[in-house]
Parts: sequence; structure tokens; C-alpha cells
Amino acid sequence: MSSIIAHINKAFDHRVRLGIMSILMVNEQMDFNRLKELLDVTDGNLASHMKALESVEYITVTKQFIGKKPNTSYHASELGRQAFQQHLAALEQLIKKIN
Amino acid sequence: MENKDYLNQLNDIQHLMNRSTRFLSLSGLSGILAGLYATIGSFIIYWNRNTFELPLKVFSPSFNFILSIAISILVLSLITGIVLSKQKAKKTGEKIWNPIAKQFLINFSIPLLTGGALAIIMIERSYFDLVSPITLLFYGLALINASRYTLETLRSLGILFLILGLLNAMYPGYGLYFWTLGFGFAHIGYGSYMYFKYDRK
Repeated sequence: MSSIIAHINKAFDHRVRLGIMSILMVNEQMDFNRLKELLDVTDGNLASHMKALESVEYITVTKQFIGKKPNTSYHASELGRQAFQQHLAALEQLIKKIN
Repeated sequence: MENKDYLNQLNDIQHLMNRSTRFLSLSGLSGILAGLYATIGSFIIYWNRNTFELPLKVFSPSFNFILSIAISILVLSLITGIVLSKQKAKKTGEKIWNPIAKQFLINFSIPLLTGGALAIIMIERSYFDLVSPITLLFYGLALINASRYTLETLRSLGILFLILGLLNAMYPGYGLYFWTLGFGFAHIGYGSYMYFKYDRK
């Protein structure tokens, strides 16, 4: 049991961070505004969770200009993908065990 | 953390993965209505079939009559689709115009516009036998192509249209019947299925 819980990732402890990773797992990349729309959170809230995921290097950030508008897009790093998959597997196992 | 929380987490993950990759606002009711318009249009053409001058010539009164019914069905269906999908999007708190909706539309339009252009070329050259199979086949391909960006069941409807289109190509004189089966009945059937499964919640 304890070995499974060890795989439950603290970085995904929060609804928003888990949401960000879920979206980035199935989308090559996604910009800030669309993420905000999908997760239904405020700018500041999303930004702080993004920072947290960035600091553990689970996501990478690309800043570029589309015309004159700055555009920030995010995608999941290889490390982030692995961590998320482990987290998912651990969740599934925990549910199986308890049931 | 409770077991229920883990389950909720999994549900959240699945929900977000779906919502961020699929256009889910497509209204089932609009499918039913589009099917009804097509069925009514087919019956109007069928009832008037004895008045047509055959063989059909481009821009003859009979030809214009059939064409105007086809265009009315298309326009009415499009308007119904947009209005009802907008309503559904509002209900689920999603914006109707998002990057996925755009992808859905682009991928739907490529085969559809190709088929439409080909059908017009066939009409101009008076190959009327091929017009109906071509519209059925390319509409089917459009559905299959767009199904990646919405609920996967749209694919089955596309395959049904391909079968109808090929059968129609084998029996070219029966275009109106195959058309009614596809654009009429299949739409009503699929729309009802979607409506009762997803919309009425």
C-alpha cells in the first residue's frame, strides 16, 4: 500500500495542476487563454499553478509573437508525461485496491 | 484522501481530456430536424416527379425546382445546426467558437467542398447518375474526417453514408431513395440517438 501511495504525485495534488497536465497530455500545445477557459480559473490562479509545474520541469513554455500580440504556449515535457502516467497508474491501482 | 476523491480525480482528468480535444456542442436535435427537412424535401420532389421533363437539363424549370429544394434543405439545416449547437454550448458553459470547433469545421469542409465541386462539375456535364452517389460518398467522408474532433459515433454515421453512396452508384436510377435514406432517415436516427444519450440531461 505505502509503495503505491509513494507514486501519488504531490505536484498533482491540486485540481488545477492536475487539470493543466490532463489537457497538455492530449494536446501538443495550448495557450494561456484557452487553458484559462477550459479550467475556469482566474489569470493569477492559473499563472501560479503554471509556475509550480514549470519549476519541477513538468511543462515547458514557449513565448512568441503572433503579429504584434505576445503569445505564450505551454506543452508537457517528457518528464511531466512520465510523472503524470505514474500518477494515473497509482490512482487506478488505489481505486482497485480499495474496491 | 478518500477513495471517492481518487475517483473524482480520474473523472476530472477524463472530462478535461475530452473537452480540450473534442467539439462536444454538436446538437442531436439539429440532426433530427435536418433529417426531417431532407425527408420533406424528398417527398415534395417525389410527388412532383411526373411533371419533370426528362432527361433533366441544366437550368431547365424542373432542374431549378430540384436545385432550389436542395439548397433550401442545406441552408435550413445549417441555420438549425448553428442555432441549436449555440444553445447547447451555452447550457454546458462552453464557448461555441473555440480552436476545436475550428478544427472540426475545417476537417468537415475539406471532403464536403471537394464533393460539392465534383457534383457541380458532374451536373454541368450532365452525368446526373453520379451526382447523388457523389454527394452521399463525400458527405460520408466528411463525417469520418471530422469524427476525430467530436464524439466517435459520428464515424459510424459516416460509414453508413459510404455504404449508401456505393449502393447508389450500383443502382444509379434510385438517387432520390438513397438520398432520403441517408440525409433523411439516417440523420433522424443518429440525431435521436445523440439526443437521448447526451442532450437530455
